Amino acid sequence: MIELSAVTKVYNAGKQNELAALRNISMSIDPGRVTVLKGPSGSGKTTLLSIIGCMIRPTAGRVMVNGKEITSLPERFLTGTRRMTFGFVFQQINLIKGLSVIENVMLPAYPCGEPYGTMKRRTLKILDIFRIGDKAASKIEWLSGGEAQRVSIARALMNDPEVIIADEPTAHLDTKLSAEFMDILGALKGRGKTVLIASHDPIVYECKIVDRVVEMRDGTIKGLENRA
Amino acid sequence: MDFAFNSLLRRKGKNSALFVVYAGIIFLVSSIVFSSESIKRESRILLENSPEIVVQRTIAGRHDLIPEQYIEQLKSIRGVQEAKGRLWGYYFEPGVQANYTLVVPDEFLYGPGYIVIGNGVSKTFLAGKGDLLPFKTSDGSYASLEVADILSPDSEIVASDLVLLSESDFREMTGMQKGFYTDMILKVRNIKELPTITDKIRRILPDTRPITREEIMRTYEAIFDWRGGILLAVISGAAFAFMIFAWDKATGLSSEEKKEIGILKGIGWDTSDVLFMKTWEGLIISLSAFFLGVFFAYIHIYFTSALLFMPVLKGWSVLYPEFRLVPFLDMFQIATIYFLTVAPYTVATIIPSWRAATIDPDSVMRL
Repeated sequence: MIELSAVTKVYNAGKQNELAALRNISMSIDPGRVTVLKGPSGSGKTTLLSIIGCMIRPTAGRVMVNGKEITSLPERFLTGTRRMTFGFVFQQINLIKGLSVIENVMLPAYPCGEPYGTMKRRTLKILDIFRIGDKAASKIEWLSGGEAQRVSIARALMNDPEVIIADEPTAHLDTKLSAEFMDILGALKGRGKTVLIASHDPIVYECKIVDRVVEMRDGTIKGLENRA
Repeated sequence: MDFAFNSLLRRKGKNSALFVVYAGIIFLVSSIVFSSESIKRESRILLENSPEIVVQRTIAGRHDLIPEQYIEQLKSIRGVQEAKGRLWGYYFEPGVQANYTLVVPDEFLYGPGYIVIGNGVSKTFLAGKGDLLPFKTSDGSYASLEVADILSPDSEIVASDLVLLSESDFREMTGMQKGFYTDMILKVRNIKELPTITDKIRRILPDTRPITREEIMRTYEAIFDWRGGILLAVISGAAFAFMIFAWDKATGLSSEEKKEIGILKGIGWDTSDVLFMKTWEGLIISLSAFFLGVFFAYIHIYFTSALLFMPVLKGWSVLYPEFRLVPFLDMFQIATIYFLTVAPYTVATIIPSWRAATIDPDSVMRL
């Protein structure tokens, strides 16, 4: 369970270019459900995902993850929470060029100190789930768009996080690949994962696996739609 | 470390170039340190057996022959255990354009008509035991002397150009009259009395100049340091170019690298994890270049007789001694080379790495 209480985020506070990206946001995200943050560019979706995913701290307000207040945690603990609780799928996919598929997927696990052999075996299993086990040694430059997206999801799952955060995940995918991506998220939901997506793509927010749509505009919540 | 290694392999061209230049610089610096230290060490060992005081006569500031009568006057000085005259000089051989050092030893076993030669002389003339070597005497005639023995290569550094011969042959060849010596050597009872004794020599024999063994050693060391310095000056240009290259490599974080660090931070890497990885990357390059450079310098100096630059570092006269230095590894030297090469690189890379590692994790969300 993730709870946000009166969360505000102001960039460049006190300066001429001060920008309030989020204003007084309060909401809760239930575990095992798919929530979509919907809204135009600049509505605050990415900032909200960044705060929930422990990447930045809010200017005001509190964020609780599984009953633990994370906003006041020192950076090291915040990073630990981010690493073990959240898996990220980015808009630009953001795989590291020059490295192989397996090396990219293993990246989130390196700081955990797991023995290399165990980590590699575990990674190969994850790649098999996404039908890209045969591409393990391939450089990511050689992958198709759909394969690269699956690798990025595999990387997000590497530390077996409770929550998957995806920021505009279908922005660079065609309709077929977008639908395939949503199917994968549906499967993850079926395995009990909490999924949080920011998107203004109808393929995403109209998808049947989505339980809740949060409509955002100008840093505030304009509407909530519960489907399940 | 696995990731750091894989990460380095991605930029094979750039990192290989850095590695090769880095190892090359370490090789040069190590070669200079190894060779000049070893030569100094060998010379010191050899010179330790040299006399405690050498007395030379000078006229108008120039070295002159010293009369035999001075021996008794020197012996009369309190603290002097022994004083004797020494006969030595230089001989220029126009045929090979080389200078030899002629020395009359205390006891020359072979007698007149024979010589014992250094390895360099032997190689130049292709002369072995039993061969006759012609020497031009002071009156213009030639004297043929038979090679009785060749000096052991162990003492080659200062003995390569030596020709040992009897007193009578020496006087005949050089024209030095009886009753005169090149210089005199003294043994003293107590080494602590050296300053007092040299002071007395200057007073009793004002036309002489006493030189202590310590002074000779210091001169030798200064010469080898000076020669090492010349080489260091020559390679400093290359070292400077390397520093610019390394600085550029270490500090110039490309936008690609910044993006990568953003991704790593975003997926759960801590600042210390990134710093650790960057440090490993630097260490893999610098340590492997260090060990490779030092290893090849060791081979170069001790197994190929410093093929590349020994002509600068050694050779007192025109004949270059050819010899192999005794392999010798001083941890202090290794540590010095390490701190001159690896430490600056590591320090230069830490600050930009730290700056890169502190990129905000949410930067990845806005790429």
